[in-house]
Amino acid sequence: MADKDKHQKQVPDGSRRNFLKNSGLTVGGLVVGGTIAGLLGANPENNNQGVKNSETTSQGYKNPNEALMFFTPAQYQTTQAATERIFPKDEIGPGAKELNVAIYIDHQLASPWGINAKNYMLGPFYEPAPTQGPQLRILRKDMFRLGLQGLDDYSQKKYQKVFTELEAEEQDEVLVDFEEGEAFQLTAGLSTSVFFTILKTLTIEGVYADPMYGGNKEMQGWKMRNYPGTRMSYAQEIVEEKFVKLNPESLRSHMGQ
Amino acid sequence: MSKKLPKVPVVIVGMGWAGGIIASELTKAGIEVVGLERGKERQVKDFLMVHDELRYQHREDLMQDLSKETITSRNNGKMKALPMREYGTFIVGDGTGGAGTHWNGQTYRFLPYDFEIKTMTEKRYGPNKIKPGYTIQDWGITYDEMEPYYDKFEKMAGISGETVELYGPRKNPYPTGPMVKTPIMEDFEKATKNLGYTPYVMPSGNLSEPYTNPDGISRAACQYCAYCENFGCEYGAKADPIVTVIPVAKQTGKLDLRTHSNVTKIINDGKKASGVIYVNTITGEEFEQPADVVVIASYVFNNVRFLLNSGLGKPYDPTTGTGSVGKNYCYQVTAGSSILFFNDKQFNLYGGAGALGIEIPEFTGDNFDHTDVNFIHGAGIRVTQYGNRPIANNTVPKGTPSWGAEFKKQSIKYANSSFPVKIQGASMPHEQNYLDIDPTYKDAYGVPLLRMTFDYTDQDKELVSYMVKVTRKIAEEIGADHIESIETQGEFNVNKDSNTHNTGGVIMGADPETSAVNTYLQMWDAPNVFVVGSSAFPHNSCFNPTGTLGALSYRAAEGIQTYLKTGEPLV
Ligand SMILES: Cc1cc2nc3c(=O)[nH]c(=O)nc-3n(C[C@H](O)[C@H](O)[C@H](O)COP(=O)(O)OP(=O)(O)OC[C@H]3O[C@@H](n4cnc5c(N)ncnc54)[C@H](O)[C@@H]3O)c2cc1C
Ligand code: SF4
Repeated sequence: MADKDKHQKQVPDGSRRNFLKNSGLTVGGLVVGGTIAGLLGANPENNNQGVKNSETTSQGYKNPNEALMFFTPAQYQTTQAATERIFPKDEIGPGAKELNVAIYIDHQLASPWGINAKNYMLGPFYEPAPTQGPQLRILRKDMFRLGLQGLDDYSQKKYQKVFTELEAEEQDEVLVDFEEGEAFQLTAGLSTSVFFTILKTLTIEGVYADPMYGGNKEMQGWKMRNYPGTRMSYAQEIVEEKFVKLNPESLRSHMGQ
Repeated sequence: MSKKLPKVPVVIVGMGWAGGIIASELTKAGIEVVGLERGKERQVKDFLMVHDELRYQHREDLMQDLSKETITSRNNGKMKALPMREYGTFIVGDGTGGAGTHWNGQTYRFLPYDFEIKTMTEKRYGPNKIKPGYTIQDWGITYDEMEPYYDKFEKMAGISGETVELYGPRKNPYPTGPMVKTPIMEDFEKATKNLGYTPYVMPSGNLSEPYTNPDGISRAACQYCAYCENFGCEYGAKADPIVTVIPVAKQTGKLDLRTHSNVTKIINDGKKASGVIYVNTITGEEFEQPADVVVIASYVFNNVRFLLNSGLGKPYDPTTGTGSVGKNYCYQVTAGSSILFFNDKQFNLYGGAGALGIEIPEFTGDNFDHTDVNFIHGAGIRVTQYGNRPIANNTVPKGTPSWGAEFKKQSIKYANSSFPVKIQGASMPHEQNYLDIDPTYKDAYGVPLLRMTFDYTDQDKELVSYMVKVTRKIAEEIGADHIESIETQGEFNVNKDSNTHNTGGVIMGADPETSAVNTYLQMWDAPNVFVVGSSAFPHNSCFNPTGTLGALSYRAAEGIQTYLKTGEPLV
């Protein structure tokens, strides 16, 4: 209790606006251009709203989960760009970027999964035969950071630009080279293809995992493929000859209210 | 130093189906039992938020924590075995219920042929049909002797199904009727009937109707909720030790169930065990639990590992073929499927159940003539509907890139418009496929890991090449816009192949020279040790193993009761 009180005194008004003001990032109530909102790729017109603590404005509630717990803003943007090439927006529906896949990945890398908590990590480590599964000492969070850095380094070498500045086709070229894993190594013994595989898997997970994990925004990943989410029973539908389209429900609906 | 606890009549290591059945049978008979389980206590109320594909299927929430313990694997004796560092193939259970919580519930009996496989194969095809190197042997028991135990398991679990003429005779029908037939199952039914086969609805541990078992346990009917394989059932509809045998054992007041108790060793003098050593995984305290009878029910891998690390039984030696602990490790084959793709048909594939499917018996066991083929045994050929969860199911036609615009388009197009005709094929034992102790790697408690040396044999591969023609024929008879077949069984890959039907290593038999346990799963070398599980199978059949494992657990429970009275070997 005592600790909590102390904490509250230090930040008398927990709003983002006040925090930003106190930390010197705001001038007259506006976020200094390019510091935070700008780096996250937000529409500059929305900056004002952000500063005005949009969570309580008439604009409605904004998802507090759309915030970073692992990436730097630049890493976030590179992840957005790369995942969008893996699962692009098209006439069927949104792509990885709109679905918040990069938010999902950020949260996963900050989770126990990012530090390989449930993997056997004792040595020694040897080069495996293809049938023996990965034998990597490096943690997923570190590999991902190296992978993102690698995307920029390789893009610089090939096109003299960072990954996010490339045209879509150029980004695809870079990703193909990463997938093949022949062009260069992220670090001694670490193929780019290992990183690419994780990136690809995480993208699919971010499109289709329950929205509580941060991706699959508004269940749009599910809607695209007529997946009804996590309903409790399909006893009726399963025997129907015709396809039965249902509105998806997420685990939120299991909370009872 | 370990703290020595008061002696008990029976200690059981592992609280899955095998441990749970033994616990319930013994405690009902008034015997005091201590149950040691390394994982946590689990109940149905844990599953309110279970419809979470990421957490349960892709982050393996219910499964063994590999940071504590894993196996090492290699494809042959010349390779260096390396640890399975992350999940792929085997998703071993952890916590009360074991893998019986996250299993599918497909509950078969093995065939009369299985139990007398060597005798019957030689009788029909002559002594040379079984090729050199294949350590195929009879089980020391017949189907007729197994029948009452199967019956007991099926009644306890409430198995839903229909009688199949081509299989072993049943004294009683299944306790509940078969599961529903979905349109894709009806397509398979029609096509296989056209081809002259006799399809049947897969026997299921997901209840087709509400059921009360002989122990008085009532369970609800399956809702086809699609979060079944890899998940616990929030309705208690799926047969699971935590909703059947474990509560029954607890109710007697005779079960002392200790979770977070990781057993590291069986204390023994080579002829008899006096108890086990375990560590409380939360406090780190070490205990010695003395017992008159030690039951090892910790799944195939640890059953073998315990015996080898504790110096019980004779280790199998692949160079001489002598010894039995670690021998006849088998798996199953699953390549050979044919996938149907439809352009303008959508099915309600989002719904399903772990044991919802339809199958033909004509290619199982010795139900077809093997004279002109280079393999024995067979496969169940089937269509299943488990519920296509979206992270795991993104089937695209061959040639489609694995990412990008085209992948997105095709994977969404076929999300509800594609299904396979699959096989589940038997796997025969070979002298070079075995389990022993890894010389290098250890678990979190400093105990050496188990090493698996395994690859598919020529026999396994021939079987797949034959069965793929059958799945293809059926797929074509169903008819689709596009059909693709997986023609060959490649090398065994510890992170790709998917099935947790491991068998062997502590095999049963009639002869102490060629088996480790008798048909009560009592060790020949140490009569107060019973090793229970599919580790007892001398080979793996073309059916899911748990029906047979459950039946053998009932038989072992009977044997333990007799042994407690007589103190003698049962055979
Ligand atoms: C996803 C999946 C689907 C399956 N589907 C089917 C199916 O449809 N049909 C079928 O027949 N079979 C199926 N199986 C196989 C089935 O689950 C197993 O055959 C069965 O559950 C094994 O029971 P068991 O009691 O021998 O072992 P387990 O259920 O594995 O129980 C062993 C227990 O021992 C504990 N243990 C291990 N080591 C120690 C130790 N050192 N100290 C203390 N405790 C320990 C474990 O934590 C575990 O709880 C499936 C398996 C999986 C993983
Ligand atoms: S499919 Fe049926 S048995 Fe399986 S978890 Fe759902 S309701 Fe339970």
